[in-house]
Amino acid sequence: MAGPMKMRATLGSGYTDVRVLMTHPMTTEQQSKGQPHFIQNLTVKVNGKTAIEGQISQAVSRNPVFSFRLKGGAKGDKIEVSWLDNKGETNKTETAVA
Amino acid sequence: MRAIACGTVLALAFSPAFAQQQSKFADYQRMTAEGSPVELFELSGEELWKKKQGPRNVSLEQCDLGMGPGVLKGAYARLPRYFKDADRVMDLETRLLYCMTNLQGRSPEEATKRLFGNANQPSEMEYLSAYIAGQSRGVPIEPGSSHPREKESYELGKALFFHRAGAWDFSCASCHGEEDKRIRMSELPVLSSPKFARPVMATWPAYRVSNSQFKTMQWRINDCYRQMRMPEPKYASDATIAMNLYLTATAKGETYRGPGTKR
Repeated sequence: MAGPMKMRATLGSGYTDVRVLMTHPMTTEQQSKGQPHFIQNLTVKVNGKTAIEGQISQAVSRNPVFSFRLKGGAKGDKIEVSWLDNKGETNKTETAVA
Repeated sequence: MRAIACGTVLALAFSPAFAQQQSKFADYQRMTAEGSPVELFELSGEELWKKKQGPRNVSLEQCDLGMGPGVLKGAYARLPRYFKDADRVMDLETRLLYCMTNLQGRSPEEATKRLFGNANQPSEMEYLSAYIAGQSRGVPIEPGSSHPREKESYELGKALFFHRAGAWDFSCASCHGEEDKRIRMSELPVLSSPKFARPVMATWPAYRVSNSQFKTMQWRINDCYRQMRMPEPKYASDATIAMNLYLTATAKGETYRGPGTKR
């Protein structure tokens, strides 16, 4: 069972800043003697439409934080962030732009 | 005489460099705090606070942390304090143990089986400390200071802070008694001085970026004793609570802004 995620999306003038925290061990190949466990794909959707498809690696630290700026946006827009790791586990969180 | 004059010149020459170094520490602290996953621990702590467990199958929601049963807002900022029902001065973790045994009906052995966790599996105390301390953000630190037992505990903590013992004849003040000292990338705050105790106590408990673990105040005191090569203090003992109260009282008035993020 994946641990909690937490996200904040705040509106600026002409952009939206998103900051998302996720619980994940992010174990590397070396740490685990060949049993790495890390997030591979990160997907950001705005009102159901995919805005970012990211691929990340073992190089990212445990319990990662990502922040990014989206062009435009309006109050109440639904931002959804989900991840998929190399063991097929997933988690997602959703928030409205404030 | 000549040697003294020379020393003064050297001290003056080095002070700007040290000031620059200090701002680097501040930069480092600011950058680590930006990516802090502390909120994730707070979320898990909230879940645990509301989770029914123990022989009585109840949650901790009716636990009285000093502001009335279940009141969390500002409760951490008022600890340690004297609790009439237990007839003891208690810090957060001691009070949580009290609630686990008295409210949930758990045995002291079971409740203290795993106090300090690790990165893969944080302990119950770590999650709960994060959640409860987080509910005091923005509240001025004001531990108990009026009850005779609180005064007694403060005096004991102060005496312990300066008490030298152990294989190295160390006291807390050996490292935390002089200004402008550091160990590796950490400044050593003079914890007997309000000026330095304030920012420290306002940000503990804390997440450590170097080992991805959340650390409680009881852990902090326990590990300082280990570093001084003294016998391990008993968890939630009067001595550890007294130390916590002394440090917290020294930081009195500072706005709590933790749980913090450390190197």
